[in-house]
Amino acid sequence: MSAITYKAGKEPHPNERRIIFKNVDREGWDQSIETYEGEGGYDQLKRAVKMEQGDITNEVKSAGLRGRGGAGFPAGLKWSFLPPNNTKPVYLICNADESEPGTFKDRYIIHQDPHQLIEGMAIAAFAVGAKLAYIYIREEFPQGAEILEKAIAEAHDKGYLGKNILGTDFELEIYVHRGAGAYICGEETGLIESLEGKRPYPRIKPPYFPAAMGLYLCPTIVNNVETLCHVRHIMEMGGEEWSKIGTPNNTGTRILCVSGDVKKPGYFEVEVGKVTMGELINDMCGGLKDGRSLKAVIPGGSSAKVLRADEIFTVGKGDDTKEINIWDIPMDFDTLAACGSMAGSGGVIVIDDSRSISWVLNNINNFYAHESCGQCTPCREGSLWMKKITDRLVADKAAPSDIETLDAVARNIDGQTICAFGEASSWPTESFVEKFKDELIADTNPELENTPVNAEKELAAAGLL
Amino acid sequence: MSLEVPADLEKEIDERITHYPVSKRSAVLPVLHLLQHHFRYVNEEVIEWAAAKLELEPIKVLEVVSFYPGFRQEAPGKYHIRVCRTLSCAMAGSYELMESLCEKAGIDRSGVDHHNPIAVSADGTYSIEFAECLASCGTGPVCMVEDDFYESVDDVDALLAKYA
Ligand SMILES: Cc1cc2nc3c(=O)[nH]c(=O)nc-3n(C[C@H](O)[C@H](O)[C@H](O)COP(=O)(O)O)c2cc1C
Ligand code: SF4
Ligand code: FES
Repeated sequence: MSAITYKAGKEPHPNERRIIFKNVDREGWDQSIETYEGEGGYDQLKRAVKMEQGDITNEVKSAGLRGRGGAGFPAGLKWSFLPPNNTKPVYLICNADESEPGTFKDRYIIHQDPHQLIEGMAIAAFAVGAKLAYIYIREEFPQGAEILEKAIAEAHDKGYLGKNILGTDFELEIYVHRGAGAYICGEETGLIESLEGKRPYPRIKPPYFPAAMGLYLCPTIVNNVETLCHVRHIMEMGGEEWSKIGTPNNTGTRILCVSGDVKKPGYFEVEVGKVTMGELINDMCGGLKDGRSLKAVIPGGSSAKVLRADEIFTVGKGDDTKEINIWDIPMDFDTLAACGSMAGSGGVIVIDDSRSISWVLNNINNFYAHESCGQCTPCREGSLWMKKITDRLVADKAAPSDIETLDAVARNIDGQTICAFGEASSWPTESFVEKFKDELIADTNPELENTPVNAEKELAAAGLL
Repeated sequence: MSLEVPADLEKEIDERITHYPVSKRSAVLPVLHLLQHHFRYVNEEVIEWAAAKLELEPIKVLEVVSFYPGFRQEAPGKYHIRVCRTLSCAMAGSYELMESLCEKAGIDRSGVDHHNPIAVSADGTYSIEFAECLASCGTGPVCMVEDDFYESVDDVDALLAKYA
């Protein structure tokens, strides 16, 4: 095998370790099954179908693979939640909704290496006993949907899908299902409702944990695109070996997506926890723009709590705790949680000192107000009020006490709703108010205190004055 | 019902429905996508046709159409544009992109929120709406024209010229 070369200007950074993204931007690579097979593609499926189902789940467990879709839940553990002695069909769903703001990784797997995903799904389906699987892909990836369908057809022709796969009695059909532009379809139970042809209203957990009661109320495993791709590599390396990549409890590689105020935004596949925020921003992304300083980082998609540039974080466990600054945060699940935020979907949004915090928060609040599905009153009303208050803030029409109201609205959402969108929508406001209160208040006008908002104008517009 | 669905489109729709052996209702989104692609938007007739095809009450289709931003109930322009509004793109200038696209395409977006109603140019050539994060945040501002995707958009004239 000749050395891998990448397209000019798209070479991976030396800090990267490319496994999932090995073929992304690769010179001479294409999406065809022949190209994929030429490098050992589908060899792991060939091995898998000869194994015991439980042994594959055990490999995934010993690898310590944590979900890459947002919550970081251990994949092998999720698979083992399927009810024992189940007699219903089991479904596998690949979550390709990729809609968390700041996240752009699944896109490249789908567009450039679709067979990697299909092989990962076929192995996972075999392990969990699914004969029918869906890839739920966001509507805004039309080419991606086409590429996947073509790849599925190729895999069918080669006997990797369909009936009697590779001469065994394993059978599997994978279909591509396109969403229709709603963020909440990324939430796994909303996704399932959507796949049933309904509004994507998330289901309440318990009892509707997908592994027990998912699609058509049958046991269903939902995993992110990147998670399912890892399964293929875990098979190739063995769980133990794979778990040596990354750091303890934060194993493997993951793709970090950096956007915002850096010189060179982009995607980077790194060993989890082996790269710090400072290395990511300064070495891999070329640093901040000239003359600028860091103000804040949202480390795991817009739902993650913001980190302030000058915060000191206490990390580590038991006797082994230490204080670190933002630059020294290793980008792993546990440390980012210890810092009061989360690794989430891997979307890192960098904010420099040229940005108004009020403007940033308002943009985020606009997103959540637009995307709330509307089932729960705290979320539906609260997300809208958070937007309205920050709309006032950026229009110089907010009073200082509005910031307290804003915070109170947020704190009445999280923990009070059907799905985790409640937290996703309120954590930005809670953390921005906590960490940037002075700046938010500086954008308000004390003279507007006790003045009903736009009262005169609104009454006049309604013909009541 | 006066909706005329070409035979090859209906064949494609029937094939899609087979992807959902457990429940036909699951095919609502794909069927609507195919119909919207052909008719450009989803009106009452389209809803009724889809409902009949899937053996559903029309309200079950309407509730889907009215929820998802991906389905339009009014006619768009000949070329429909979606501009990402979300944070990373906004930081890269997506609001400015929206403004200049509107100016060059002759679209008045005053009184329009996101996509409600869709803003169409006076001559009907273009329509435009904001979309939320299109999953390409590192190359903002991004937009889509029909099914084509554009990153780091800076030359609005060149972009529109492709769709004249
Ligand atoms: C509001 C909301 C949006 C979500 N969006 C996505 C998404 O776009 N893609 C994704 O993979 N997971 C998303 N998730 C997480 C899924 O619910 C689910 O946990 C995930 O797909 C499981 O896969 P994993 O275990 O492989 O991470 C979202 C969750 C919430 C609460
Ligand atoms: S929390 Fe929000 S998005 Fe989730 S179910 Fe309730 S209203 Fe819908
Ligand atoms: S913010 Fe525009 S693509 Fe994500």
